Amino acid sequence: MSNLQDVVKVGIADLNFVKAPNIIRTSGLGSCVGVVVYDLARKTAGLAHIMLPDSKQAKQAHLNKYKYADTAIDIMIERLSKNGARRNALQAKMAGGAEMFQFTSASDIMRIGPRNIEAVRSHLQKHRIPLIAEDVGGCSGRTIEFNPASGALRIRTVNKGETTI
Amino acid sequence: MTMEYSHLTSEHKDVLREIGNIGAGNAATSMSALINRKIEMEVPTVNIVAFDEVMELVGGPETPVTAILITIKGDVSGKVFFILPIEEAEEIACRITGNTEFRLSNDDSVETMAISALQEVGNILTGSYISALSDFTNLAMQPSIPYLSSDMAGAVLTAGLIDLSRYSDYAIIIETTINDQSKTSGIHGHFLFLPDPESFPKIFTALGMEHNE
Repeated sequence: MSNLQDVVKVGIADLNFVKAPNIIRTSGLGSCVGVVVYDLARKTAGLAHIMLPDSKQAKQAHLNKYKYADTAIDIMIERLSKNGARRNALQAKMAGGAEMFQFTSASDIMRIGPRNIEAVRSHLQKHRIPLIAEDVGGCSGRTIEFNPASGALRIRTVNKGETTI
Repeated sequence: MTMEYSHLTSEHKDVLREIGNIGAGNAATSMSALINRKIEMEVPTVNIVAFDEVMELVGGPETPVTAILITIKGDVSGKVFFILPIEEAEEIACRITGNTEFRLSNDDSVETMAISALQEVGNILTGSYISALSDFTNLAMQPSIPYLSSDMAGAVLTAGLIDLSRYSDYAIIIETTINDQSKTSGIHGHFLFLPDPESFPKIFTALGMEHNE
């Protein structure tokens, strides 16, 4: 591992960008979805840690656009395009959307994971960005790390080990 | 009618701290009876924190924890978490069930008996936390059944922030830590109480405080 490699960290309801040789990481995804949009040939990528499916459900005066699937994906595409990525070469991978607690009563926090997954899928589709791989659902927390040089998304869990997609 | 977090005065914080004190004090007594050890409680803290900082309260988003979550409905609504390091949750489960082989992180051999024992522990602790608050404020608070999850802190705590996140990027958290006295292996549990935004005015009014919107 090279010492010159930096890890860009993305917090919850946050997004950021990375260029090779650096990598980008977000930790502790539960019902949240981590979505990576990247241009493999240009070795550049954006990663959003999405908390909620739809900005139209917000009841917030000052909207945090990084928090919602629709607005966060729009922003990633726009900024990637401005920074050397080619719009028609963009691809995506995602992980997360678990259900950490098996809630029995009907409530909004119930099923938020699947709703986040669905929102990311449909929003990528709207922008005609192919979803290359995903590791979603289940009931495990995930930490994910994307390498824009290889396009590999590494997923770490507490109970089910590590995978790369 | 929700409260702007910037309007929280030091008097408001004192009241919320007192709530943490009363709730966790009662829960510490229950815990002590349950595992037959003396339990001490630290001074509660009241913090207005960004979501990322919530995870830092229990050691960072990747720290493996056992979380027992109870949702509250009634005059006051919100979430109460009781968070323990996974090994300590295992120790409590072993102590109660007498099964020393029990491991939470091994989900191939899910020990339903030990899991329900832990859920019951959560029920007793958070139940005594909530009932103390309810008595103190004279406000109705109905707890849900306890939900249990052992995983990364970030992943489990987010479940308590989803409802809130529609309104805000910050949470007001009343945190109290309880410890047992043994120096070697001990229990270090965190109570995190996250009232829903609309509950704060009710709490303050019930305790005879003005809140200026």
